[in-house]
Amino acid sequence: MPTLEIDGREVTVADGANLIQAAEAIGNEIPHYCYHPGLSVAGNCRMCLVEIEKMPKLQIACNTRATEGMVVRTRSDKVLRARESVLEFLLVNHPIDCPICDQAGECKLQDYYMDHDRQESRFPLESKVQKGKAIDIGPLIMLDQERCILCTRCTRFLDEVTGTSELGVFQRGDHCQIDVFPGVALDNKYSGNVADICPVGALTNKDFRFRARVWYLESGRSVCAGCATGCNIDIHHRRNEIFRYRPRFNADVNSYWMCDEGRLSYKRYQGEGRLLQPVRRVQSEWQPLDWRQGLDHLEALLAAPGLGIGGIVSAESTNEEIFLFRRLLAGTAGSLVGGHSWSPASADSDEFLIDSDKNPNTAGLRAQRLEPTGGRRVVDAALAGELTTLILFRTDLSQLCSAEEMDRLGDALGQVVVIDTHYGPSVEIADLVLPVATFTEIDGTFTNRTRRVQKVTRVIAPAGNSRPAWQLLNELIGAQTEGGSQASSAAGVFDALCESEDAFRGLSSAAVGDQGVPLAAVDG
Amino acid sequence: MSEKILLRHEDVAGLRQLDTYVGDGGYATAQRVLREMKPEQVIDEVKNSGLRGRGGAGFPTGMKWGFLPKDNPKPRYLLVNADESEPGTFKDRQIIEHNPHLLLECTVLAAYAIQSHKAYIYIRGEFARGAEILEEAVREGVAAGHAGANIYGTGFDLDIVVHRGAGAYICGEETGLIESLEGKRAYPRVKPPFPAVYGVFGSPTIVNNVETLCCVRPILERGASWFKGIGPEKSPGPKLYCLSGHIERPGVFELPMGTSLREIIYEHGGGIRNGRKLKAVIPGGSSVPVLTADEIDVAMDFDSVAAAGSLLGSCGTIVMDEDTCMVRALRILARFYHHESCGQCTPCREGTGWLERLLLGLENGGAADRDLDLLLQVADNMMGNTVCVLADAAAMPTKSFVTKFRSEFEDHLRHGGCSHHRQAASA
Repeated sequence: MPTLEIDGREVTVADGANLIQAAEAIGNEIPHYCYHPGLSVAGNCRMCLVEIEKMPKLQIACNTRATEGMVVRTRSDKVLRARESVLEFLLVNHPIDCPICDQAGECKLQDYYMDHDRQESRFPLESKVQKGKAIDIGPLIMLDQERCILCTRCTRFLDEVTGTSELGVFQRGDHCQIDVFPGVALDNKYSGNVADICPVGALTNKDFRFRARVWYLESGRSVCAGCATGCNIDIHHRRNEIFRYRPRFNADVNSYWMCDEGRLSYKRYQGEGRLLQPVRRVQSEWQPLDWRQGLDHLEALLAAPGLGIGGIVSAESTNEEIFLFRRLLAGTAGSLVGGHSWSPASADSDEFLIDSDKNPNTAGLRAQRLEPTGGRRVVDAALAGELTTLILFRTDLSQLCSAEEMDRLGDALGQVVVIDTHYGPSVEIADLVLPVATFTEIDGTFTNRTRRVQKVTRVIAPAGNSRPAWQLLNELIGAQTEGGSQASSAAGVFDALCESEDAFRGLSSAAVGDQGVPLAAVDG
Repeated sequence: MSEKILLRHEDVAGLRQLDTYVGDGGYATAQRVLREMKPEQVIDEVKNSGLRGRGGAGFPTGMKWGFLPKDNPKPRYLLVNADESEPGTFKDRQIIEHNPHLLLECTVLAAYAIQSHKAYIYIRGEFARGAEILEEAVREGVAAGHAGANIYGTGFDLDIVVHRGAGAYICGEETGLIESLEGKRAYPRVKPPFPAVYGVFGSPTIVNNVETLCCVRPILERGASWFKGIGPEKSPGPKLYCLSGHIERPGVFELPMGTSLREIIYEHGGGIRNGRKLKAVIPGGSSVPVLTADEIDVAMDFDSVAAAGSLLGSCGTIVMDEDTCMVRALRILARFYHHESCGQCTPCREGTGWLERLLLGLENGGAADRDLDLLLQVADNMMGNTVCVLADAAAMPTKSFVTKFRSEFEDHLRHGGCSHHRQAASA
């Protein structure tokens, strides 16, 4: 743990920390392009040059380890002059096409120019080296070689993280350019990350290009729901529309990365197929309900005398939803609850971030003692005529039974209630449909494949008339217990979960934070 | 110095042949050293000789060898830097093409000293003939037991591989050379770690220049004190000087380290071509600051040339007579560095091209008034701020040419181009 002095301030940092990290610890950003904490040190951009006492030349902060007693200056005249000149060099052959560049607003070249350079160009426009623009190099990525500053973050990512090495540096000197190798496309399961780490507008994401100026976007912290890994993400959105996911660093889960499948999964949670309105089937016609009517119907079903009520809750649900759904049915005589977690046989997986379990919360079901295949027992009971009512909570019945069984279920059951975000086969046999919010529209938690509890937050408003499920489940439980005290937030529900479930004991919403916490090890 | 050590092939005909080389006492030193001396003794002898690297930097060779970590379990490698590519430099080529067994014997000796069992000779791609000669020499040497397995029955093994470079100036930079040898783009590495700790294939590696290595046999044959007795105390030994440009007798000359530049030009080189007057000399290869005709009374050794404001470098001495256009000469150098910058570091990648464009403007007309100062500022901003010294190699001549011959540059600016060109055109 060396202690050193940076710009007159003393700081103690971890062994092996470099000077960029050490300066960060005191809130001092040393500008840099090629350095990325998830990649090897390249030392080529020369932007992070700093002055170190007893060293004649400026040193690159990224490749300099903080050592005991080191005295570093990151804002001396010499350093500022060097920064200014590196920026001038970077812009010598840069096209300065910011007005039409998609990176504008999140471009380190723009940012640092405004912070450290701000001089007129001394290089004639017509002498600039011309290179390729808008080169389609893969399904997700567009390349502009003129905007590229040759920091090689992309090539190092593809060499070191994916091991696929599709990109290389070609030519020499100021004719250097990044390109795909001949006959190769930048087409791997993690290709989107290169656009994230590109500090300039050289590599852009085709899915996002020209859809929004980044300064109009807002950002919310969440977790990808595309599979059981639960990569930490920021959701960039505007006016209730999601524009993109960006991976958010979590050393214990996804480092700085996420897969393309997860990155594009945001499209599922908006628009097409969403359930927007509570409805009831009255003779083969859908009758719209307001929420009071919808909940009254469900309350009546729960209270009605009959054989029994079955409920299936899927691993798409948050820990809070699972907890409240269990509690709701526990308050009903003769109820049967099963968990459900299903992934297609063709589900992709690898040794890195992509899990074959395409549900975000299978471990969360298990933690509340619901087997992921338990839903089938509920279906069997319904087929055997042992149930009056079946409540499908975010569960696609067609994943649990055949079409023929679905038909029989429709006949065998008195009522089928679907509480879900999207239209699906379950709705075909439903008598009551209550639309609920997706994980991007609510606060809550998922438990990932390593039993790490991680938060999702409400970043956009629930679509249409849908509502956060935890709220309506709370209201139903409230009616059941005749006004017993209810949590007023998802965080409150989580705290109640922690009190009543062994696996979660000792945790609290506050403890989960934005990096998540692991559940205690499973006994046995 | 009458007796030639490094250029012995000039005195002994057919020295390229193994039997001639052996007949001239070749490989006797290797046999004796491998049988009788411990590796540490060899290193000590080289340390005591004061031998400094002839590749350009002048770093003490024995000390470099001593940097190898003692407890690293990885194999050690010896890399012979035969990528001679500094403009004005053609000394290593002489040894490679005419006395290859001297290089091989010294490679065996150095490898023994550092206990390396694999040596790569990285030879400049354009040296096709030199590579053939070396490959033949390695075959002969291995067949005769001077290299390969169990050399002289001592149990010491050394596999020598001749590797042809891919044709870039930057491959001569020792870490660029290592990357290239590994099959990658020759991007020089950020240091630390240095090659002695993390070199080729991530293993401890020593990189030595051909001429440097070729001093090892003479040192071990005649003793460190003999070597130290030649030339100045702090940079002793025989030295190869490459003379080119407007000189009567261009070529490679073996003289004691510290011979004066004036003596080299006027006595050994026969003076300036066609009886013209001297204008300027680049003493150590195209990368070093230029000296004016008034500055040639300097001893050609590492410390003296540095004290005179230039560098001994690789001893590629380029002579320019009174008719030389210094703007054009610098523009040609700038073109070389623009072409050869590997493009890794921002200041060099963008600065080398900028320098050439500014100089083209001066030479052909079209330069703005501020361009002369801009030229110096760009050079200043490139210096000392990159992974390797290629940026400095482009900046140093720029600064010295403009500073020492500023009136010529101003003249170009005033007249909108080169008056030499105009004279030639009107003649």
